[in-house]
Amino acid sequence: MTDEIPPPALPVSPPPATHDLGGAPRFRCTAVEPDDEAPPDEFGKRVDALRQILGRSGLMTVDEMRRCIEAIPEPEYHALGYYERWLRAISALMVEKGVVPAESLR
Amino acid sequence: MAHAPSAESVALLDRFVAALVAKGVLTEDQITTQIASTDRASPEIGARMVARAWTDPEYRALLLRDGGQAAEAMGVSMAGAPPLGVLEDTDKVHHLVVCTLCSCYPRAVLGYPPHWYKSAAYRARAVREPRAVLAEWGTTLPDGVAVKVVDSTADYRWMVLPQRPAGTEGWDAARLASIVTRDALVGVALPRAGQ
Amino acid sequence: MTGAFEAGQRVRVKLDFPELRGPCHIRTPHYLRGREGVVERPLGAYPNPEDLAFARPAPRIPLYHVRFDQPSLWNEGAAGDTVLVELYEHWLEGTA
Repeated sequence: MTDEIPPPALPVSPPPATHDLGGAPRFRCTAVEPDDEAPPDEFGKRVDALRQILGRSGLMTVDEMRRCIEAIPEPEYHALGYYERWLRAISALMVEKGVVPAESLR
Repeated sequence: MAHAPSAESVALLDRFVAALVAKGVLTEDQITTQIASTDRASPEIGARMVARAWTDPEYRALLLRDGGQAAEAMGVSMAGAPPLGVLEDTDKVHHLVVCTLCSCYPRAVLGYPPHWYKSAAYRARAVREPRAVLAEWGTTLPDGVAVKVVDSTADYRWMVLPQRPAGTEGWDAARLASIVTRDALVGVALPRAGQ
Repeated sequence: MTGAFEAGQRVRVKLDFPELRGPCHIRTPHYLRGREGVVERPLGAYPNPEDLAFARPAPRIPLYHVRFDQPSLWNEGAAGDTVLVELYEHWLEGTA
């Protein structure tokens, strides 16, 4: 007779969400590139401007935008550029809120 | 380096802007105006605030009490900007700012965040091995100085008030501001008189 | 609005993972859940981002700057180094 195998203990905590990067071991050996420039290219500047205009107009909060950024699946989150993530999030949010029709983005 | 957006993203941006314009939500002119306005903010603003704080004790007190008011006192409009907190470096403490959850950054006084600030590596490592991150900038701290990492998670934005370096005695505000770099205002570097 | 905690008070971040209960937006980093720190100072009160993210009515919640011993978070690092984080009151509890 074999002893009953106990169920596995529940993990103390789930793994951190994709965006919740503080201390993430996978980036432990990735160097930070200290000398990179700040102002983005035209694409980035336009996306950045959309965020500010839409935020001021009351159509979205930065918190809603962050929620949509956090919903991007992990492989894409790290494959997309910073302002590409923003664009993905903001455009999805404007569709979600009925500001623009989904067909207009396809 | 930041990589260029994909053709797919560029096309999405065009379609999205066209849809917003078609719905009367915004205009191309508004986008142009917004970009011009955002481009005006740069680390020179933060540098001028620090230089003034180094020479004017009353301004220093204001800066530490209410960064937003201190920015306004330099002619910067903080309307709509999040509250600005200023972190005072001392002989005992050196501050390093990061946003592990996204990329919160004191844009009103520093402009666009640099690519590295938004990178996964910086966000992951700054809270865990801050001294190794500092070393990538060639920054080492004197013995007895503790690192205080400030993880910018909520409503404030944070800027560092570094210590005035030795060898800058008698310098005017403009010359002092010239050695206060963006990296020093985030805390990854220290101002140097020889810069 | 006066909060429940004051400067110098020892607090614990709730060991909670709303991520397991469904879609959410949280500004309390994973690495601090269940950790103890010291309130450095109250930072005022702000609409709860967890509600704002879903366009729900967002009551203002006191926000605190809370300091944590850095090496004990990771079991590595230099003694005396710290991490200072903005945390909302509903994520904090007093310690006995």
